[in-house]
Amino acid sequence: MEFAGIKSLIFYAFALLTVASAVLVVTVRNIVHAAFSLMITLFGVAGLYVFLQADFLAATQVIVYVGGILVLILFGVMMTSGRLQMRIQIERGQLILGGLVALLILLLLFGVISNTPHWEGIKDDGSTLEPTTRTIGEMIMQGEFLLPFEVVSILLLVALIGAALISRKEVRDEE
Amino acid sequence: MTLQHYLVISAILFTLGVFAVLTRRNAISILMGIELILNSCNLNFAAFSRFMTPAEDINGQIIAIFGIVLAAAEAAVFLAIILAIYREFGTIQPDQTDTLKG
Repeated sequence: MEFAGIKSLIFYAFALLTVASAVLVVTVRNIVHAAFSLMITLFGVAGLYVFLQADFLAATQVIVYVGGILVLILFGVMMTSGRLQMRIQIERGQLILGGLVALLILLLLFGVISNTPHWEGIKDDGSTLEPTTRTIGEMIMQGEFLLPFEVVSILLLVALIGAALISRKEVRDEE
Repeated sequence: MTLQHYLVISAILFTLGVFAVLTRRNAISILMGIELILNSCNLNFAAFSRFMTPAEDINGQIIAIFGIVLAAAEAAVFLAIILAIYREFGTIQPDQTDTLKG
């Protein structure tokens, strides 16, 4: 009983951390501050994955998102923002219209979540899984996910070559 | 913790991402919004995998891992395009790169 109380307390702490820092990501004006708020959001989502017994997914989230994508974003900020462009400009009309659309989407999603009887009150059964790494490896390398795995690896190669090709300086042919 | 807790968190993340994409005037901020949307999507996959299927069935988690890989590829190409646009136009505000506008 005591343990369950502590567990839900930690869950709510992670949920609050995730949502609050995500709000900061979309409201803060300084783009570097937004990037660091995004880092806290990504860590919070990794914590929620741990609550879902998805240990390998949580580790992947931290390694790929925080270690890869966030560093990439910070590099992008560094290479494109001069000292004057660090602040994000926002137009008032767009803010109102975008806020309205976002609010409508939020209400729609909440309506769907609270009105689907099939989803109501499904409890965490409290079971602890085995570490999932072995199962995931087997399913990817010799199970039904082998073909998607190969497709994704080709996609990564294409993205790598494409990104290098797009971002290099243009070389003119001398004929 | 019920399924709906996770769905609510994920819905809030999705909405904030859409809000960022719609209102921000900086391509990198838009990328951050897209990352929020993708994260909410992956969180949904993991949550449904945990609550709606037998405990040893973790297909949803594998789909979420593929989602993370796709997000990484997308971010790399996105930033390459941003660098190219910055070199060409000297700005990364999407509404100022309107050469094709009639």
